[in-house]
Amino acid sequence: MLLSYVKFALGTFAHRKTRSLLTMIGIFIGIAAVVALIGLGEGLRGAIIGQFGFLGPDVLDIQASGLNFAGPPGTAVVKPLTEDLTEKVERIPGVEAAINRYIESGTMEFNDKQDIVFAWNMPEGKDRATLEGMLNLKVSQGRLLKDGDNLKVMVGSGFTDKDRFGKPVQLGNRILFKGVEFEVIGILEKKGSFIFDTALIMNEDVLVDNFREDGSVNVIAVKVKDVEAVDSVKTNIEQLLRKERDVKKGEEDFVVGSPEATLQTIDETIFGVQLFIYVIAAVAIIVGAIGITNTMYTAVLERTKEIGIMKSIGATNQTIFALFFIESGLLGLVGGLIGISAGFALSYSFAFLGRQILGSDLIQADIGIGLVLGSLFFSVLVGLLAGVIPAYKASKKHPVDSLRYAQ
Amino acid sequence: MGKAIIRLEQVWKVYSLGKVEVAALRGLNLDVKRGEFVAVMGPSGSGKSTAVNMIGCLDIPSKGRILLEDKDISHLSESALAQIRGKKIGFIFQQFNLISTLTALENVMLPMIFQDIPEDERRKKAWELLELVGLADRMQHKPSELSGGQQQRVAIARALANDPEVIIADEPTGNLDSKTGAMVLDFLKRLHKEEKRTIIMVTHDEQLAHAAERIEYLKDGIIVKSKVKLAK
Repeated sequence: MLLSYVKFALGTFAHRKTRSLLTMIGIFIGIAAVVALIGLGEGLRGAIIGQFGFLGPDVLDIQASGLNFAGPPGTAVVKPLTEDLTEKVERIPGVEAAINRYIESGTMEFNDKQDIVFAWNMPEGKDRATLEGMLNLKVSQGRLLKDGDNLKVMVGSGFTDKDRFGKPVQLGNRILFKGVEFEVIGILEKKGSFIFDTALIMNEDVLVDNFREDGSVNVIAVKVKDVEAVDSVKTNIEQLLRKERDVKKGEEDFVVGSPEATLQTIDETIFGVQLFIYVIAAVAIIVGAIGITNTMYTAVLERTKEIGIMKSIGATNQTIFALFFIESGLLGLVGGLIGISAGFALSYSFAFLGRQILGSDLIQADIGIGLVLGSLFFSVLVGLLAGVIPAYKASKKHPVDSLRYAQ
Repeated sequence: MGKAIIRLEQVWKVYSLGKVEVAALRGLNLDVKRGEFVAVMGPSGSGKSTAVNMIGCLDIPSKGRILLEDKDISHLSESALAQIRGKKIGFIFQQFNLISTLTALENVMLPMIFQDIPEDERRKKAWELLELVGLADRMQHKPSELSGGQQQRVAIARALANDPEVIIADEPTGNLDSKTGAMVLDFLKRLHKEEKRTIIMVTHDEQLAHAAERIEYLKDGIIVKSKVKLAK
């Protein structure tokens, strides 16, 4: 029986295509906005997490904070971290290793073309193996750096792109970085993160001797022995740094970051954006619901005679209610379906455009089945709710009066 | 003649038009026996449409009783009345009253949807009925693609969909030319004679009324004259 009613409602729906479609615009816009932006948000979140390649829950990073408007972390700060801190951090109980991370940006010249790139360091000795393990560092060509490799670099997979310097960087090529000549001895596997794919990697002493005379460090990476102890180690590091840098609690000029904290920040940011979208979408959907109610009211009035006819041939009040209620739900459903498709199209094309324009893999769309089903359920619900009162009105029409209604 | 299938006892129907109350029926008494063909005649405003609405369970009286197969239906809810209409009564209207968005076949199937009849059965029955009224080649046409006579034949097929005991025809030929009108009337006669259906026809056309076995003349909400024809 329900199926017959749905078929009947579909027939009516098809008969009034234009109006039905116009009615659905509100729902359609709302759902499209939700699907597109949540999809993009999810994609963005995934991409950000991928980009920063979280090293695991047992790794903390220390950065000086302050005036860091642009550029690599730990640059342009008032009071940079210093090398001697690293040793002190390493002596804190529970710390397995504290590794200096230098990040140097500058001009690279290759094939007579110049571009700004950044370089970071591999530590010497046993820390090298630790970091290689932490970063899961592998080469696709050549070899990894080893101790004593002077003026040799590994390059990210992005350098094999011929567009950047007119031709791909290859093993054995010589490049100039900030005026110093290096030999390429390894090309890294593609990681999908700019931290690896667009970086030059050189030995620590090479980077420090050539580009860093002031003893400053950008980031100190800390590997904690026991994951459970991350919080207490973090507290101890903060205590040490406050003492070393002579700052009071609450006035720290440094940040000890943990992967969880970073994830939380990302989530908060994305949620903030999404909340805004939810509000806009909610407004669109409410307007859409009012549109459906309005259309259904008009339909009930227009089809008064039809209601009379149906009642005269045996339709009960419940039947009439069901017919209009289902029709209203269908408006929601079809609106939702179009909205979801449009949302799909929008988010994927935005993501595609974003990647083309920004040349970054950061912008991704990720629309899960939960989002699709949730949106669909919600749009049907809105349609049904919007139809309750008109359907009730329709069901209560008197057969004789309705039959007499002039069309 | 069998016993009364429909009986109206002292039926009053009072409409209030603002402050004024208008009585369309003033104590109407009427018996329709099973298998009878009754014509209800009267000038406009005589209350014949109101009377036929009562007989057809489309409306309930302000006062008095309506018995359908000895069951008092005067106080039933709208939905209960709808179920009775769906099962026991088939309507044929002056304006055909087909649903414009549905095909002829779907229009005939519609009353069966309301009775929960399975789709295959509905389709088969509707098909047979449309063949019966000579519209086998017009099943998939919408009402707007059919002539008046064809539309009325679809309406007749629809009225027969649930095998009703009573067929109520309210000015069935009023919107048709005399030739198609005669055809529709022939149909009603056949339904009466061959299928022994009870037929109540409202008309203001004396000649049409003579197709019936009995003519009831209505004026000012009561029956003023009855004419019984001898069985032919």
